[in-house]
Order: sequence, then C-alpha cells, then structure tokens
Amino acid sequence: MNDGLPPPTIAVLVFPGSNDDRDAQLALERLGAEAPRVWHTEESLPRRTAAVVLPGGFSYGDYLRCGAIARFSPVLRAVTRFAAGGGLVLGICNGFQILTEAGLLPGALRPNASLSFVCRDVPLIIERTDTPFTTRCEPGQELSIPVKNGEGCWFADEELLAELETRGQIALRYAANPNGSVGDVAGVFNADGNVFGLMPHPEHAVDPLLGSTDGALLLGSLVDAARLSVAVPA
Amino acid sequence: MKATVLVRPKQGILDPQGQAVSSSLRHLGFAVGDTRVGRLVDVDLQTDDRDEALAQVQQMCEQLLANPLIEGYEIELEGG
Repeated sequence: MNDGLPPPTIAVLVFPGSNDDRDAQLALERLGAEAPRVWHTEESLPRRTAAVVLPGGFSYGDYLRCGAIARFSPVLRAVTRFAAGGGLVLGICNGFQILTEAGLLPGALRPNASLSFVCRDVPLIIERTDTPFTTRCEPGQELSIPVKNGEGCWFADEELLAELETRGQIALRYAANPNGSVGDVAGVFNADGNVFGLMPHPEHAVDPLLGSTDGALLLGSLVDAARLSVAVPA
Repeated sequence: MKATVLVRPKQGILDPQGQAVSSSLRHLGFAVGDTRVGRLVDVDLQTDDRDEALAQVQQMCEQLLANPLIEGYEIELEGG
C-alpha cells in the first residue's frame, strides 16, 4: 500500500484525561503513518497534517457532559477549520462525544441503557465501504472491535435519524446493541463524509495477540486516504 | 444576582438513571411512577438587571449548560 509515498502525518490530539492517545499513536504508526501527539493548548495542527484523530478517554473529567468542555480547547478551533476545509477527522469514543458536542457530527451520547460500563468485543456491521475511513472493508462485512464506555448510547430523534439514513451518514451498526443506541448506530459520518465518529475502539483491535485485528481495517483505510491526500493536495 | 438552571432530559429520551432511582424508591416502599434525573446549575451573575440576567443565562444554556438535542432547561432568577 506504500507506493513509495512518504508516511502521512496523522495528528493524535491529547486532552487532560485522554487515555487512548498512545494506543492510537502506536496503531497508526504500525499502519505506516507518522502520528505526533498534539496537546490541547496548541492553536494549530502540525505542518502537513493529513488527518486528525481524537482519542478515547475522559477529557476534562467528562464534567457537565462527556466532551462538552473539550470542545473549547484551542486545538479544537484548529480542527474545526481543518474539517471545514475537507480534512479527515476521526473521533473514537470520547473523541466521538467531543465531535458531537462541537457540532461536527450529528446526534448526542447518553448513559448506556444498562447504566453499566460496558467493556467487551462487539460485532459491528459496516454500512459503507466508499468512504476514506472504510475502503479496506468489504460491503456488509462484520467486524469485531471492543467498546469500553459508560456513555455510548447514541441518540438522534426520529427526524434526524431518518435524514442521516437517507443521506448515508450511518457508518457502522451494532449487530448486538450493547448500550441502547437508537437504530443500533455505532458510528456516523458528517454530511460531507470527511468526519467520522464511533464508540468502538479500532486502536485496541490491531494486534492478533489481543483477539481481533479488525480495527486495522478502519485505521488502515484512514492511513491510505491520508497518504493519498498528501500525494494529491486539495 | 443569582440564577438557577434546571436541566432535564427531554421527554422520550431514555433516562436510565431515572429508571434506577424509581426502582430504588419502590424498593423503599414508595408508590412512584416515572422518575427523571437532571442537573442543577447555580450561577452567580455580575448583573442585577433581570432582563439582562435572563438573556445571559439563556445564552449559557444554549451554548453550554444544556445540549438542546437531548435536554430541556428552565431558568429561575433570584427573587422569583
């Protein structure tokens, strides 16, 4: 997949309380990207940033609502500009919550229906394979990727859900819903398809030692797309 | 002037915390139906003008204190 192109730069943001940033960095590096970690106070992204990952964790202690405070970070302003210009942005778990609070992704995340913290591999169905985040997947493919969250219950009202379905913005669904998400939704795209958020953790599913390598299909797709976006500047 | 903001999950939103609380109340022997759990925010404002205070707190709710997709809010100003 390398084609002799230089490794793309995929910035991994770090907020106070992020705890999956190193796993995300390791996974992206193994898949051929350079993945500098970027502290939340930075006003701009590293030079030649081709994609941004918002990792999981408990940014700002999840005070008020998960992700509600992190969206005021200086680096989020840079990410908002980057996304508005078509830049690729991936939010995982708390990163997904931050992107919904920031208005970059539709819906909101609420406490799991069980009120329990759920931490296990879950079966997922890929809805789209024609996006920068899913090209390495097969249509309708079932993936096994772990979730680990207390507030992963995605919500949209009926009208919004219907709109998202019509526009093909549903990215991933649970084959067995672990948290009460409406429509079994596990991940969504923004309207332009360059921002993707999901509750499962692909960065924890890239090594056979840990059970599944299906997460590498999603992160590997992102690395491929980031490499292309560097090769062909927009 | 002080303001109190009451934030509640909107009707139709699954509220597992509320369900857990009503179940516990029933265990204690109370005859209760639904219970909803929200959030209370006390804000100390720099203004004593009621209209100004209300306008400010409304903006706070829209921009941060509530998520309009899933939560409704009520504002109470000091002195009723």
